[in-house]
Amino acid sequence: MHEELNNLSEKDLLDAGIDLKERQRSATFVQIDEKPSLFRTMFEGIELLPTEDAIKKYPRFEQYIGKAFSAINKDFPRDTKGGFFLLVKKGANVVFPIQVCLFLKKKSFSQKIHNVILVEEGATAYVINGCTSDKASKDSLHVGVSEYYVEKGGYLNFTMIHSWTEEVSVQPKSVALVEEGGVFVSNYVCLKPVREIVMYPSCVLNGRGSRASFSSIILGHKGSLQDIGSRVVFRAEETSAEILSRTVSMGGRIIARGHLKAQCPSVKAHLECQGLIVSEKGSIHAIPELETDYRDVDMSHEAAIGKISKEEIEYLASRGIDENTARSVIIRGFMDTDILGLPEELRMQIEGLKEKLTDSSM
Amino acid sequence: MELLHIKDISVTVEGKQILSNIDLSIGKGKVFVLFGPNGSGKSTLMKSIVGISGYNIISGDIIFEGRSLLNLSIDERAKFGIAMMFQHPPKVRGVKLSQLARMLCNDKKKIEKYIELLNLGYLFDRDLNVDFSGGEMKRAELLQIILMRPKLILLDEPESGVDIENISIMGKVLDEYLKESGASCFVISHTGYIIEYVKATDGCLMLDGNLYCVGNPYKLFETIKEYGYEKCKECDIRHA
Repeated sequence: MHEELNNLSEKDLLDAGIDLKERQRSATFVQIDEKPSLFRTMFEGIELLPTEDAIKKYPRFEQYIGKAFSAINKDFPRDTKGGFFLLVKKGANVVFPIQVCLFLKKKSFSQKIHNVILVEEGATAYVINGCTSDKASKDSLHVGVSEYYVEKGGYLNFTMIHSWTEEVSVQPKSVALVEEGGVFVSNYVCLKPVREIVMYPSCVLNGRGSRASFSSIILGHKGSLQDIGSRVVFRAEETSAEILSRTVSMGGRIIARGHLKAQCPSVKAHLECQGLIVSEKGSIHAIPELETDYRDVDMSHEAAIGKISKEEIEYLASRGIDENTARSVIIRGFMDTDILGLPEELRMQIEGLKEKLTDSSM
Repeated sequence: MELLHIKDISVTVEGKQILSNIDLSIGKGKVFVLFGPNGSGKSTLMKSIVGISGYNIISGDIIFEGRSLLNLSIDERAKFGIAMMFQHPPKVRGVKLSQLARMLCNDKKKIEKYIELLNLGYLFDRDLNVDFSGGEMKRAELLQIILMRPKLILLDEPESGVDIENISIMGKVLDEYLKESGASCFVISHTGYIIEYVKATDGCLMLDGNLYCVGNPYKLFETIKEYGYEKCKECDIRHA
């Protein structure tokens, strides 16, 4: 193991879904601040390298740099340093997750990286992207620029776990392009305190019959701002997508956005934002948007924000459960990990983290 | 021996008086059936015993095993041994029946036994009361209650929305528990089906927030069926 990694807390990494013992993992990539510190693969169907190295090794990958961003006319930031390039080769079926960890350690540092995932035709992969920071990383900024390509019939299940510290600001910018029959599943979990997160990842369904699903579980602590959304752009027929979010404010400010944009007919899409405000000082702003240029679409949205129902608390209390426990059981239930398409082991890990964080804040 | 004494209580809900000077007691090991039409105040009485908010006891007292319940929270009352089957339990999304069952009872075997007896296997990993049918809800309620091992079970219309087959399943489980534990039961019933399965010892009729006619529950039920609730107001026969 690389010596720089020895200084990282294993427990902190586990909270971000990263297991340095690499039990049930297919590949690992760790970047600390600006430097890729570890990358290796245990499965021959994949390659996982620092982005710069990958381009040198495979010049043909140059074409993927900025391609997804330009597909939606979004400015591509060229000033990145580091990041990972993951290639899942044609037809490969990668059962164990590939883990990538982006770690912020320095104070007042700006980590600006570029990640690319290319899932070739018919390949399947699960990726856990754990982002975390050291307590010392005060006033630091993480900007993760990511482009995901799912080729014909490919499947990418991408789980991002944000596990930052209070004094870090985060601005991930990502775009996914999905071709015919491809599937992009994005899970997002953010339970730990953070100063500010602003992100609005997009997915473009480019090929017929392709599908996207975004699910997020967000817990907002006092003093934080989480402006988080998901967008799906439909550019082919018979495409479908679902955006689900469960947000809980324990005093923080949460903006839950969602945007479904049909640019062709025969589209099916649903958007659901559910929010729970636990603290008097919390705030949630749900902004669901549906947009179509065609008549033949089936698009819907549902948004609901509320407090914990007294009736539910009293119901559990009547079973002998004290009020605080009842509250945290209900909050944990609301942040339902079943909405995420997670591997079981990771789901259990997130359940444990949920329990710890809701109990400690009660 | 007396388990519960509802001592001359009057209860208001949203400023409106629902119960006036209700006085009744339930003995240890007894099954007490409360009859009465909708809106007569039966559920209000049960919710007052449990301590649900919004049910204000303006006078009187509720004594359980010699202690007043009035200053106790809902969960404290439950810990003392009072468990209620809700008529309309709330849906609790994200909280599974299995999760709650494990919070109520450490004995895995016991949970499995009642899951089997109450035919709840297929509902065990579902969110509590979400998309449950009437019968499923009541069976899930009964499971929770039995796992709490209470001294007093309050059943608010256990038959409503339940088919005969499920009433029979529930009746058997309930009867077995009462026999084995010596617990008491306070039941609100419209149809009287439940007392075919559980041996009722006392009965009483509630009309417009007042009690009438305390006595043998089977005779009382027969009389209600024959003459209707209103007749009971005029009648002063005690069905001893």
